[in-house]
Amino acid sequence: MLSKKQIFSKGILAVAPHMFSVIPFGIVCGAIGIELGFSPVLVYAMSIIIFGGASQIVFLQLLSGGASALIAVTSVGVINSRHLLYGAVLSEYLEKLSFVKKLLISYLVVDQGFAESNKFFQKNKNETHLHYHLLGSGGTLWVCWQISTLAGIILGSFVPEELGLKFAVPLTFIAIVVQDIKKLDHIIVMITCGLSSLLFFDAPFKSYIIISPIIALFVAALVLRLKK
Amino acid sequence: MTLFTIIIAGIITYFMRMTMVALVNRDLLGERVKAVLAYVPSAVFPAIIFPGIFINDYGTFIEMNDPKIFGAIVAILVGYFSRNVIATILSGLFSYWILIFLM
Repeated sequence: MLSKKQIFSKGILAVAPHMFSVIPFGIVCGAIGIELGFSPVLVYAMSIIIFGGASQIVFLQLLSGGASALIAVTSVGVINSRHLLYGAVLSEYLEKLSFVKKLLISYLVVDQGFAESNKFFQKNKNETHLHYHLLGSGGTLWVCWQISTLAGIILGSFVPEELGLKFAVPLTFIAIVVQDIKKLDHIIVMITCGLSSLLFFDAPFKSYIIISPIIALFVAALVLRLKK
Repeated sequence: MTLFTIIIAGIITYFMRMTMVALVNRDLLGERVKAVLAYVPSAVFPAIIFPGIFINDYGTFIEMNDPKIFGAIVAILVGYFSRNVIATILSGLFSYWILIFLM
């Protein structure tokens, strides 16, 4: 049985490599906000209040492009609705926590933290202090996100756009799913999701980001049925 | 005014994070649903990966000889064999940079 501290450290170590993508993306995020003409305080406030990379950029781009607040808020909601799926997966491992602790830990769940902690949970179902892994992974991502978006706000124009640092985002997620490409069922689900996301890319409110996972999960259900 | 909009967006985002963890009893989900949920990472992340590679900043498809495709293939190969996250990210970025800056 691992101690709370050990599990917390494992959470930190599990997401630490993703900082090679999170930090550049945070800098880009902060810099884009300033470039689009928003006040530094507002751009930074988003990192605390919304705390979600892609949705922050989309929000600012929509508002600066003249979209209404309603459209900007709806888009953020649609983009971040994938967290309902993460929550459904994590709930199994967090169900013993008190209601207040569940409310608090939910704030820290983001993509990479979910992905890495979920991998740990699947292998260590019987540990008692599982949620410390999520605290370690989510807390690390939170701190680095705050520092890097702040750095982007301050450094802004010093970051050359030609570097294409946004490309680090798909790479970090490739690193997360790449070991599953040896399983045929996962490959089918991944390709379904990926092709759907390209097909529905122009759907309103960036809804491809939730439409394609739903289609992929339906295919997963079919695959499960065929496997039996 | 923008701050107010940000706060609303933040509250909605928080509810997406919190609802399934704190408000929904997991026993309501049947065994079938739980089995399907095991596919969530494979069903969600390609929706971030594919557009991040194949669609450019202007929302149009890239050419098939775009350096991003090469970078992604290198990252997949390095990631698969090294099982190392840092190697995956850096190999993808560097191979992409080599193509755009040296070719």
